[in-house]
Amino acid sequence: MAEPNKPRYAQPGDKVLPGKPVTVNRYGPGARLNHWITASSLILLALSGLALFTPALFFLTGLFGGGQNTRALHPWFGVVLFISFFVFFFQLWKANLPERVDWVWLRKLRDVVGGHEENLPELGKYNAGQKIVFWAMAGLILVLIGSGVVIWEQYFSAYFTIPQMRVAVLVHSIAAVLIICVFIMHVYAAIWTRGTLRAMTRGTVTGGWAWRHHRKWLRELAGQRKAGPAE
Amino acid sequence: MIDSPRTAVSNPPTQPLASNLGPGDVVRRSATADLPPPGRQLTEVAKLIDVSKCIGCKACQSACIEWNDTHPGVGENVGIYENPHDLTENMFTLMRFTEWVNPETDSLEWLIRKDGCMHCADPGCLKACPAPGAIVQYSNGIVDFIHENCIGCGYCVKGCPFNIPRISKADHRSYKCTLCSDRVAVGQGPACAKACPTQAIVFGTKEDMKKHAAGRIADLKSRGYANAGLYDPPGVGGTHVMYVLHHADKPHIYANLPDDPKISPLVQSWKGVTKYVGIAAMGFMAVGSMIHGVFARANRVSHEDEAHAEQLVENPAKAPPPPPEERV
Amino acid sequence: MTNAWTDIKNTDLVVVMGGNAAEAHPCGFKWVTEAKAHRGAKLIVVDPRFTRTASVSDVYAPIRQGSDIAFLLGVINYCIQNDKVQWEYTKAYTNASFIVKEGFGYSDGLFSGYSEEKRDYDRSSWDYEFDENGFARVDPTLEHPRCVWNLLKAHVAAYTPEMVERICGTPKAKFLQIAQMIAECSSPTKTMTSMYALGWTQHSHGAQNIRGMAMLQLILGNIGVRGGGMNALRGHSNIQGLTDMGLMSHLLTGYLNMPTEREPDYATYMRSRQFKPLRPGQTSYWQNYAKFMVSFQKAMWGDAATAENDWCYHHIPKLDVPAYDILRMFELMNQGKVNGYICQGFNPVLAFPNRGKVVAGLSKLKFLITMDPLETETARFWENHGDFNDVDTKSIQTEVFQLPSICFAEDEGSLTNSGRWLQWFWPAATPPGQARADTWIMAQIFLRMRELYRKEGGAFPDPVLKLSWNYHNPGEPEPEELAREINGRALTDLRDPNDPSRIILAAGKQVVNFSQLRDDGSTMCGCWIYSGCFNEAGNNMARRDNYDPDNTGTHPNWTYSWPLNRRTLYNRASADLDGKPWDPSRKLLEWDGTKWTGYDVPDIAPTAKPRDVMPFIMNQEGSARLFARGMLRDGPFPAHMEPFESPIANPFNPKLRGNPVARIFASDVAQFGTSEEFPYAATSYRLTEHFHYWTKHNRVNAALQPEFFVELSEELAKEKGIAPGSWVRVWSKRGSVRAKAVVTKRIRPLICDGKTVHVIGIPLHWGFIGAAKKGFGPNSLTPFVGEANIETPGYKAFLVNIEPSTAPKGGVVA
Repeated sequence: MAEPNKPRYAQPGDKVLPGKPVTVNRYGPGARLNHWITASSLILLALSGLALFTPALFFLTGLFGGGQNTRALHPWFGVVLFISFFVFFFQLWKANLPERVDWVWLRKLRDVVGGHEENLPELGKYNAGQKIVFWAMAGLILVLIGSGVVIWEQYFSAYFTIPQMRVAVLVHSIAAVLIICVFIMHVYAAIWTRGTLRAMTRGTVTGGWAWRHHRKWLRELAGQRKAGPAE
Repeated sequence: MIDSPRTAVSNPPTQPLASNLGPGDVVRRSATADLPPPGRQLTEVAKLIDVSKCIGCKACQSACIEWNDTHPGVGENVGIYENPHDLTENMFTLMRFTEWVNPETDSLEWLIRKDGCMHCADPGCLKACPAPGAIVQYSNGIVDFIHENCIGCGYCVKGCPFNIPRISKADHRSYKCTLCSDRVAVGQGPACAKACPTQAIVFGTKEDMKKHAAGRIADLKSRGYANAGLYDPPGVGGTHVMYVLHHADKPHIYANLPDDPKISPLVQSWKGVTKYVGIAAMGFMAVGSMIHGVFARANRVSHEDEAHAEQLVENPAKAPPPPPEERV
Repeated sequence: MTNAWTDIKNTDLVVVMGGNAAEAHPCGFKWVTEAKAHRGAKLIVVDPRFTRTASVSDVYAPIRQGSDIAFLLGVINYCIQNDKVQWEYTKAYTNASFIVKEGFGYSDGLFSGYSEEKRDYDRSSWDYEFDENGFARVDPTLEHPRCVWNLLKAHVAAYTPEMVERICGTPKAKFLQIAQMIAECSSPTKTMTSMYALGWTQHSHGAQNIRGMAMLQLILGNIGVRGGGMNALRGHSNIQGLTDMGLMSHLLTGYLNMPTEREPDYATYMRSRQFKPLRPGQTSYWQNYAKFMVSFQKAMWGDAATAENDWCYHHIPKLDVPAYDILRMFELMNQGKVNGYICQGFNPVLAFPNRGKVVAGLSKLKFLITMDPLETETARFWENHGDFNDVDTKSIQTEVFQLPSICFAEDEGSLTNSGRWLQWFWPAATPPGQARADTWIMAQIFLRMRELYRKEGGAFPDPVLKLSWNYHNPGEPEPEELAREINGRALTDLRDPNDPSRIILAAGKQVVNFSQLRDDGSTMCGCWIYSGCFNEAGNNMARRDNYDPDNTGTHPNWTYSWPLNRRTLYNRASADLDGKPWDPSRKLLEWDGTKWTGYDVPDIAPTAKPRDVMPFIMNQEGSARLFARGMLRDGPFPAHMEPFESPIANPFNPKLRGNPVARIFASDVAQFGTSEEFPYAATSYRLTEHFHYWTKHNRVNAALQPEFFVELSEELAKEKGIAPGSWVRVWSKRGSVRAKAVVTKRIRPLICDGKTVHVIGIPLHWGFIGAAKKGFGPNSLTPFVGEANIETPGYKAFLVNIEPSTAPKGGVVA
């Protein structure tokens, strides 16, 4: 800890509230709203995209009022996702920078999946899995928006050649498959790791949750509380 | 009535005719897996465009506009004879002009090719199309766009090896030559073939057209075009619009007519392996998560965890210390 | 056309020169593709530009515009030098053996008898030697030094392949390749067809261009045969009808002449129209002139026309000048000598040369009446359209009346195509708004004028008051009534001259054809050559039987072909002197020992013995004229003449400018440019996407070729810094236009007389009215000079300059 005053894991707004149980503020209202915008647009994107990806799921266009609407809305969902995610991104990217401990955590993936948290090292605000989701999302969204623009017939067809579009459509679909996989992982992890969802609903987690999963982060917050209301 | 018209030059009868081309004649339908086989096999038709007879008069373009009631705008001259400058949703066929100096004879050849949908036996547009029934292929070989099913995604544009479909900015539907399926349905040939003053465009059964082409090729060879030949590219399973070319050994000189067109491997893998592997991957993720959820214990916060947290907040000394390696 | 469109399929070689058949006549051009596809025919195109026709040709050669005579005489020279002449045909059927008077000569680019002062020839030396019976002397051995053949041989000797290359810019090798291909058609079993159009007619020496090819066709034996002939591709669906019906100021119907001031009475008029045969036993069909003339006059003035009053000869205007052609009319307008102008189906502001002069002329009129189905630039000549029609509206006092007429698809009647087929058509649509048939409009004007003459008298009311006007509805004569009048009928019972008790045709009946016309006032006929089109058998023009015996392309029961439903003119010449077809596989007629039989109506008396009567029955000689006597103003043989505006001097006589006898108005001389000032050779032409100034009103045609452009070579574009698709200004001594540049390999610089000649192509079709983008026409630039014989304005060879420019103003309507 080179600079004791500078928090390493805690982000603005993160705060420990004593009580029984202890609650910890993990996400402020803006972040939560943005998260759900991102989440909704990603879900809408997945549904509308899958409808166009395979005939078996074309029926999903019904959700959007038909194929024409699905085709028209999908890229706009993408724009929303892109903007909302990157607002998020600039808030969170520092906390998601990889650390040495992440490798340790990753090596013990069996314990992660098995729920043997006691065998894992103490972590900051995010574990390696969360970081991977974060960076995968960031990368894939960039790929998707980039390739998506190339195949956005309505506005950009004049600017790209058909061979470019063919590459784009292939890249777009592969990236989409990947992002959906990442998304599933993210959602499942949030559900499986009980007590997580409230971070994105109420914005808080229990102290026990923080102790269990992000102990270093909790320790830091607790330490800050001791140091007084400097922050 | 014969199943498919044999020529484009005959005049229609004056009494109304029922359509002889319907959903029952569809052999392929976009984004539709289990299409019942058609009750009958229509004689395959083809349009043969003899480039060596074409004078570039654009009567075909004009007939196409009139018959399909499209409205290409009055553009401007940009230094070329192509007008409109490209295929559009209002211009299904286009004369493309190439000034080519034959390196063997050093003489100019003005190559004029009528561009438009080739009606591939293996249509890339249909393969790429995600909307069920937006693109159909009839047993007579015509590949047709059913506009009410079209969603305007432009996948057909990517699928087509010939760069033909165009998406309307007005109604967001894809347009291209229909081979005048509505005329063929009542025993008439395409409007362009009917209008062609030099019979550079002829229409009939694919077999007849190949025979006709053979005669034309023999004539061209006798005039010194040693490489005259028929353009019926096997890469797309053959086409129902064919060209007689004086230089069939190099189709690309005719305004970039593809030498060996086939559905792009990118499109093939997009609509093939990507689709199947992708669905499998997503399914695996979903199912895997579910299985994990069912069989693995949920990762719950224990009372001890809560207690530790309380201790840490109230009295850090009581709480378990960080592991030694982390204290550095 | 001597032959029919459908006959072109019978040819072995198509020469398109002075035209662009594929582009301007795409529908007729199908017969060329038929000949190519089914006979293996070859197509040669000779043109300053590599045209759409050239794109499907076997051989293309470039030529400098206006130098066709040199090329054609070069081919004739080649044929003579290489003995590629259809000798039997040439000797028997042309005037090759006729002996020309002493005194005839040619030197320094001029024939004998030229007067620079009068800009005219004394043509008296351009004639045959006659014997005591008035017959021309001939030397069938062709040995006489002054026989036509030897004069021709000497005349064309100067046109060597080197000279052709020097004048035309056609590479010698290309010229020789083409000459050789053409020469092959001297074989009796090979024919060549010539397809030409305005690329030959619209020159100050247009008639001589055509003569050059006609002479070539004669020595190859290609006139009168299937797949041969001189085929003028007419520029409008009914322009053949226009000339046939005498809509030219110096003509009456059927190529009868308008009388001149020097012919004050009928006897004088007829004295020079006796057409005595110049060789024994020849037909000289024009000997029937009086029958056609009197029948015409009877059609005009009916019972009022009597032998005593010269059949109302005095009602016919007498010309005080050779013709009141359009150039003269607009010259007179500019001189303030014209009050009113009725402009029916014509758009002079875009169609006549030197637009500045045309607009200035219209501006001096008191009134202008336009009759047109479309809004024309002429009707709007007074309206300012920025750079596109930069006139000072306030200064123009001309009152304009626009009478909307119906268009062809709303009308009924007949159109005469290039192949002389009178094809009846029926209305397909109802006319819009207040549009009325031209016949209605003219009848209404006539009836009102007649009423005025009746009430007020006037200087000479008779021609109007006595005009025959017997129609069911005088206010709108029906097309069929007019057609019946054109065909003609018996006014009294026609009796057999050999057996007066026998009535050939009862009074009131339609004559079967012009063979029944008489000069005693017992018949009437509106246009003798059309007679037969609507006889007692009915409306023959409405026939639509596609029957074609033995696939000859004659289609005898399809509509009606003048004269006498004959499909190929001079068809007697398709057989040899004994009446056997030159090419049995291409038989048209045959002498069966007593009469002519075959696929076509014989162009000779059916029982005329083959060795006695020669095939060219309209000529007094009975044979075709390689030497035209004094019938053309500019020479009995064609000779190379430069355009008035030419990039090079005439190699035969550098002092000669243009056609030495073409009429030039004093005011126009100053408006000829020189090659120093205007270095580039321009030509004008049509594009297949449009028809004249009509289709720019149609959104489809406008979309297919939206905007005015000029074409130039890559070389010139580079030299001038002109980018493809950029704006350029093109100007001549008379005007300036701005256009988009189409830079193309299809135009190449030519080397003429050692000089690089750049060609600039200027299509017509754009104006300031219509659906297409506003633009200009080539007539803003072209000189005000006509063909020496018939005053067809020259649009095909003139000089311009060019530079990069900017968009003209006024293109967008506010």
